[in-house]
Amino acid sequence: MFRSMKVHRIAVAGLVALAVAGVSACGSSAPEESGGTGGGSGAELQLWTLQNEGINGVQQEAVDRFNKTGEAKITLSTYVNDPYKAKLQTAIGSVNAPDIFYNWGGGNLKGYVDGGQVADLTEALDGAPDVKAKFIPSVLDVGTIDGKVYGIPMQSVQPVSFFYNKDVFKAAGINEFPTTWSDFLKMVDELKAAGVQPIALAGSQGWTELMYLEYFLDRVGGPEKFQAIIKNEKGAWADPAVVESMGMVQDLVDRGAFGTNYAAVNYDNTGSQALLTSGKAAMELMGSWEVTSLNDTFPDFLAAGSLGWADFPAVEGGAGDPANIVGNPSNFFSVSSRSSDVKAATDFLLQEMVSDEYVDGMISVGQVPAITGLETKVKVGDFADFNAYVYALVLNSPNFTQSWDQALPAALSQTMLTNIQQVFNKQMTPQQFADAMDAAA
Amino acid sequence: MSSRTQSSSQAGRPGFVWAAPAIVFFGLFALLPMVAVVYLSFTSYTGIADPVWIGAENWRHLASDPFVGNSLRLSASLTALSWLVQTAITLPLGIYLAGKGRTRSLLAAVFFLPLLMSGAAIALLWSTLFDPNFGLASIVGPLVGVDDGNFIGSPTFAFYCVLLVISWQFIPFHTLLYQGATRAIPISLYEAATIDGAGRFKQFTSITVPQLRDTIITSGVLMIAGSLTYFEIILILTGGGPGTATRILPLHMYITGFKSFDMGYASVLAVLLLTIGTSLSLFITKVTGYRKMASQKEGL
Repeated sequence: MFRSMKVHRIAVAGLVALAVAGVSACGSSAPEESGGTGGGSGAELQLWTLQNEGINGVQQEAVDRFNKTGEAKITLSTYVNDPYKAKLQTAIGSVNAPDIFYNWGGGNLKGYVDGGQVADLTEALDGAPDVKAKFIPSVLDVGTIDGKVYGIPMQSVQPVSFFYNKDVFKAAGINEFPTTWSDFLKMVDELKAAGVQPIALAGSQGWTELMYLEYFLDRVGGPEKFQAIIKNEKGAWADPAVVESMGMVQDLVDRGAFGTNYAAVNYDNTGSQALLTSGKAAMELMGSWEVTSLNDTFPDFLAAGSLGWADFPAVEGGAGDPANIVGNPSNFFSVSSRSSDVKAATDFLLQEMVSDEYVDGMISVGQVPAITGLETKVKVGDFADFNAYVYALVLNSPNFTQSWDQALPAALSQTMLTNIQQVFNKQMTPQQFADAMDAAA
Repeated sequence: MSSRTQSSSQAGRPGFVWAAPAIVFFGLFALLPMVAVVYLSFTSYTGIADPVWIGAENWRHLASDPFVGNSLRLSASLTALSWLVQTAITLPLGIYLAGKGRTRSLLAAVFFLPLLMSGAAIALLWSTLFDPNFGLASIVGPLVGVDDGNFIGSPTFAFYCVLLVISWQFIPFHTLLYQGATRAIPISLYEAATIDGAGRFKQFTSITVPQLRDTIITSGVLMIAGSLTYFEIILILTGGGPGTATRILPLHMYITGFKSFDMGYASVLAVLLLTIGTSLSLFITKVTGYRKMASQKEGL
């Protein structure tokens, strides 16, 4: 018994190590020598994307249409979110690398670009100005690294907004969602006086708390402050605007805006959504996926028309444009620089990602694509009003800052999420946060 | 009689060849990766480009890593407390369930249910129970003075929540070990003790516990080694939070390797974990004299 268990234990330890070693084997094997041999060869190409029933169907149709042209034969493979990140990371430099791959743009994409693994699409896109004009500029920016386009937007825009319970607002005598921060704070106090928790927060997950910091810094200091952080400029984290933004976070915590037990609330098990829909809390700051997600778990709440949505308020005296938004501008398809047919892969993206069939298909499964001129088209389906709101929000935003945890390098992003949790839990002051991040960057 | 049969089979004892598949397997899947992980600990490696040799830089980073000290301390506490709590519960429970009777069989069946569930399922189940507004925590909290039900989100309580869930998962397995071992104790020992006038407590301390010695060590080593490499439930339940309150060493390694994609430094942590785990289990077997494999049934 003991012996076999000991071997078992060592085997487990070994497997952990093997996982690391296996990665090394992938990385060190020499990639197949292959250049862009030009179109018409009928090359076999691999396209990797995330699993999503509705979206995958639309993508498969796009692939089928392209395959009929005979320029190349694309095969679609789908993966679930978390394993995909690890799989892509290990595959991308190897012979098993996909030709076209799904990614998050920003820092995530930059990692692959710096590794020399991504094809530059700037020239191809400049050669097709009518295609280029179809992408919403603030979204295309996120697929652009150092002035060169590496990622083509391929999915819905996902800005972050406030979602609120209209019934709770009504009961507390609040008629309009406030548009300035001082009014917002007044509303927080009114809601508390009415006996409800003003804001639901899934604080056991740092990314939900990050959204507040993203908006505060943008409103207080403008998007340039985060651009400085992205560019790793010296002292960017120690900027007074960062400290002030974190101070606003702590002010909210001290006012009891999130109640007291937010650190135990989880988004994935619908803990925070249950607070919102049950009326125990009045609102939640969340990405635009909130609506479809609520519809899956709390359909009655949506059917009753109790869900309202609103922009993040303006901060008086702040340098940022109140029309700026944060969130996930889109997801992107990029072409691997080692693909056997870079041209065919690029042609596929430029033809299909803006094709009427693809765009209409995306809208039909509830996605709002990052394509211009869809004002009337997005007003369809169960969430027509919300889709129109999101579309207008993105179209009118001078700047769309990508979620920091995706824009920053992975290691820094992990440290940041941990530290943000500590500020929300009052284990760290705003100044300590700025200093710790400045030291880590 | 039985010893004679054993010695006659000695002649046909399997040779080295018989062990070859196991040795090859062990070499390929245990030794080789261990060597590789030591190599990787001296490289800078993200998983995209090839590993680059950077000498001892990762090892120097160990000294300046703000999380590693806390992780080591948490891992040590988790290991010690897991062992203490689980042994204190499973030893008496196993002995109780070893007895005969319908109630005990029924209870045994109920107690073993967690053993059938995967770690991920257990973590998701408990994360719902720990929800402070709608879960069990919202009912239990006010009864024990935590009015807002904030257990899993509290830097103080989160660690004990994790300990509770891990114990809940593994208690059935160790109870099973003790139940089996207790049933193997010859009934004649108890009969003799009864004749000598020993009471139930005396029988427990003088017969049951000494007879279970090897099982206590086996189960102890499993608990300790298990707690050292354990992480999936914590990953799903708290992700190491709030802040770093439950970020034990294996989880720190996972986050460094597969979320931060810093495989080089993650390998340093893996080597650290490997060293601690191996020395600890060697130490236990040495101190307890388990290696001698002495029979406890001499004279029976």
